[in-house]
This record gives sequence, structure tokens and C-alpha cells, in this order.
Amino acid sequence: MNENIINQYQIGDRIPSLITKPISRSMLALYAGASGDHNPIHIDIDFAKKAGLSDVIAHGMLVMSFIGQAMTNIFPQESIKKFDTKFISMTNINDILTCEGKVIDLELEDSLKRLFLNLLVIDESGDKKLSGSAIIELILKDEK
Amino acid sequence: MLDQKLIGKTYPEILFSVEKQRLKFFAKATQQTDPIYFDEDFAKTKGHRSILAPLTFLTTVGYEQENPYQYLEDLGIPLGSILHAKQEYTNYEPIYAGDQLRMKSKIGEIYEKKKGMLEFISFLSYYKNQKNKLVAESISTLVLRNK
Repeated sequence: MNENIINQYQIGDRIPSLITKPISRSMLALYAGASGDHNPIHIDIDFAKKAGLSDVIAHGMLVMSFIGQAMTNIFPQESIKKFDTKFISMTNINDILTCEGKVIDLELEDSLKRLFLNLLVIDESGDKKLSGSAIIELILKDEK
Repeated sequence: MLDQKLIGKTYPEILFSVEKQRLKFFAKATQQTDPIYFDEDFAKTKGHRSILAPLTFLTTVGYEQENPYQYLEDLGIPLGSILHAKQEYTNYEPIYAGDQLRMKSKIGEIYEKKKGMLEFISFLSYYKNQKNKLVAESISTLVLRNK
């Protein structure tokens, strides 16, 4: 991890977007198994229809993990102190998600740099799936 | 209608061993590309104790029960009527393969929107490791869609 790159982040800067593969049924089945969230609304189309949906929907937590990765691709995970998300709309089969993060504020405190990020996940038509925020604390190395 | 009296209701502690294989499976399912999430030797070269649990891994802890949805049944909430509305994490310490976690949870808030069409219920959870150190806190908010 290149700390110089991290320290370059300023208000208004965006982190590189992460674009997912199309959401597939096997992806949801795999996530259900790995996470332990076996809620049939994510894996059983009959159950989803009974619940009033037209098909299964992705786990919100899977979508959250994607936006989390957009951050950990850039920042060491230990620097991410706060990570909050709101699930705005359902993520459907075949959706391709774009995960974005933007620095909206920063604080400098002794040898600490604190970044405040706004997070957003949208599909190909620009529909918002998730919005969120994160607080990232980076320890600045004394360069003297 | 969810009873406001439920606010503060606590749940039995859940014990959870963070296993290497489970982390590898979770990393695969969430399509992690950084080997610190699935390759122990690589993780060690990056200064980690072992494989690192990714940001949202703690979601698995609550499901580690005979019937992970029993708490919804107890509240009279049908599984098909809820959606995940919000998820919040505060992280204090990294979590690694080999850690032993204890999770304690309670009901935080209950409120409604759209004249009761939507009811929200939040669960607060605290996670400690084998050293009795608080590693993280989470708030999960579910929304109940009333017909």
C-alpha cells in the first residue's frame, strides 16, 4: 500500500470505482452459503414470488461487501473505522453495479488524517441501490 | 405493529470461531481479489497475523445458530416481509482467522414511516475477541413491509 497515494486524497476526490460482474443466481447461492444468510428470498424464486417480488433479489450485505472492496482496494482495511450503508432499492439478477466513493471532508489531527467518504452504488441505468458513508483514519508518517 | 416494549430486549450471547476455511469461502463469495483475505502466507508478508476477515464478515456471526431467523419468528415477523434497510459498522480491531468472537445483541429502536406501512427495527451488536477486547459494533436495521 502506497501511503503517499493515500495521503494525496483531498476533498472532492473520488476513489476508483469498482464495477461488479452481473449479479447471478449462483453468486447469490454462493453468498448464502458463505454468509449463513439462507433467507430464501435470495435463492428461491417461488418464495420470492410469494413475498410479492418478481424474482430473487441480491443480499444487501453482498452489495455492501462490494462497496467495501472499492475502499479496501485503496485504503488499508484497518484504517476504515466507520462503515455505514443504507439499502435504497433492491438489487436484481443481471444488475451490473458500479461502486463509487467520494471524499466529502477531511480533518488533520497531529499525525492523523481523517477522510469522510460518501458512498454510492448504482446499476447500469443509474438507479441507486445503496448509499453510505465511511470514516477512514490514516496515520501520517513523519518524513523528517 | 411491533411492540415498543421490545426495545432493549437482549439476546443470548453467540460464540463464533473465525475459521480459515470460512474466511476463504466468504472471500470467494464476495469476490475479494486481495490475497490478504484468502492466502495466509501472503497476509503474513503484509504484516497480518493470519487471513484477515473482510469488512462485512461479522454479518456471518449472527447466522451461526440452529435457526438464525428464530428471533424474527419470536417477534411475529414473517421472513418474506422484511428487507435489510441499513447496516452500520464501527471497527476497533482487525479480526483474523483463529480469533474467538462473542457477540451480544439487543433491540435498539422500533419506529414506523408512511403511516405504519413501513416499520423499522434495529439490532445493536457488540463483538469481543478472545482477549475480551471490543473489536466492533454493528447496527442492523430491518424494514417490515406491512400490507
